[in-house]
Amino acid sequence: MIATALQPLRAVFALPNDDPRKTVAVALALCLACSVVVSATAVTLRPLQERNAALALKREVVKVAGLAGPGMDPARAFEQIETRLVDLDTGTFVDDADPRTYSYRDAAQDPARSTALGDTDIAGIRSRPDRMPVYLVREEGELRSIILPVYGAGLWSTMHGLLAVAPDGRTARGLTFYEQRETAGLGSEVASERWLSQWPGKTLIGPDGEPVIRVAKGNVEAGSPNADRRVDGLSGATLTGNGVTRLLRFWLGEQGYGPFLAKHTDVPSRRRGGDHG
Amino acid sequence: MDRTQGKLLLEPIVDNNPITLQILGICSALAVTTKLAPAITMSIALTVVLVAASVIISLIRRHMPGSIRIIIQMTIIASLVIVVDQVLQAFAYELSKQLSVFVGLIITNCIVLGRAEAFASKNAPWPSFLDALGHGLGYSVILIAVAAIRELLGAGTLLGVTVLPLIEDGGWYEPNGLMLLAPGAFFIIGLMIWGIRTWRPRQVEKPEYRIHIVHRTEGS
Repeated sequence: MIATALQPLRAVFALPNDDPRKTVAVALALCLACSVVVSATAVTLRPLQERNAALALKREVVKVAGLAGPGMDPARAFEQIETRLVDLDTGTFVDDADPRTYSYRDAAQDPARSTALGDTDIAGIRSRPDRMPVYLVREEGELRSIILPVYGAGLWSTMHGLLAVAPDGRTARGLTFYEQRETAGLGSEVASERWLSQWPGKTLIGPDGEPVIRVAKGNVEAGSPNADRRVDGLSGATLTGNGVTRLLRFWLGEQGYGPFLAKHTDVPSRRRGGDHG
Repeated sequence: MDRTQGKLLLEPIVDNNPITLQILGICSALAVTTKLAPAITMSIALTVVLVAASVIISLIRRHMPGSIRIIIQMTIIASLVIVVDQVLQAFAYELSKQLSVFVGLIITNCIVLGRAEAFASKNAPWPSFLDALGHGLGYSVILIAVAAIRELLGAGTLLGVTVLPLIEDGGWYEPNGLMLLAPGAFFIIGLMIWGIRTWRPRQVEKPEYRIHIVHRTEGS
């Protein structure tokens, strides 16, 4: 039965190599075999890869929270951090989904769970998820920092990072980019320890609630006015630096975590303008 | 294993090294050799792809239509590279992030396609296996040597373990920043090629042309 079914197949493979029918048959067989191998590998290894990515994210959260250290297990350190979901429009915590399994990337793809951005899309992300996870870092019961996931377009890629802010809501505690594909050696320096180490202590939001942080062009002189609101630019990576400025301004602004910061920190609300002078 | 088979395996390591004699695979030899760990991972990844591709291509060599032969070879190599990349992401996530695009670029590594086209498509699986393994080892030897020199002189460490304590950490060694930049790798590979060719003068290429000196007499 199988032998008779294979008969025509065998006949095709018995043809001389320069026969067009054999060329097509070999190409088809090869594509079939390769796609089976590739998709089988991708499907079987996906759970492991997702676990790795989740662990890497936890490690980044722990690092930007300042809890990382020698001998510190990132998974254990992460347990001390509270993960909550925030409704970005109202700025309130919501509990209708598990924040630990919530994926803002999936939500951004789903029109029912995201808001399309028009002219206000300064971060280049097209649509913004309605909910975002935030990480609350406490030390002996006291809030030490709030970690906000941020992302936006750089020169080539979407850069995903985490911004840690102090409980006052306007001082940076740290920044990290854990996923980016900017130009290797130039733009990719946004993920380097050296560049990221200048972020702690910078002023992100001005007294009126407006985001003021900016990646400067060139170096920032220590004594210059607004030095606390400027971060050294990366030479050869002006566009990546502009991307960082824009994505931070978006996420700290009205469309991003603005309402959340106004509700939970000292940042004045801009929506009911005038309330705080 | 008789003598010709041994030669297939051992010749590419020094006498016919893919990097220092054939000058192939230089791109990844520059890019992933700032540290030893990614260089070792890259060496293993390339050797696995090279051996698997050569054996598969050798197995189907009698059924490869000449008109689509390179496409068949590239498809097989590309599929293997995707598999290796997925495996790295699953089992060596940190290293796969450090290697980033360079694992994917094994597809365009001339050593792999070169061995597939020049050897595996004309020879039986066992000699193809030996030839591919030899070339993989030849590539690995150079990559690991370059990476060891660069990490040691550039950062004072080997596999992340401090060997030369740096001045900034209270030691005595002032790291050579050039070693961590691409030109440093060029210098090391250049010096290696010089060393190997001094040791094995047979590898020195004949000049492609000589300047022809014409003696002319005035007024002729």
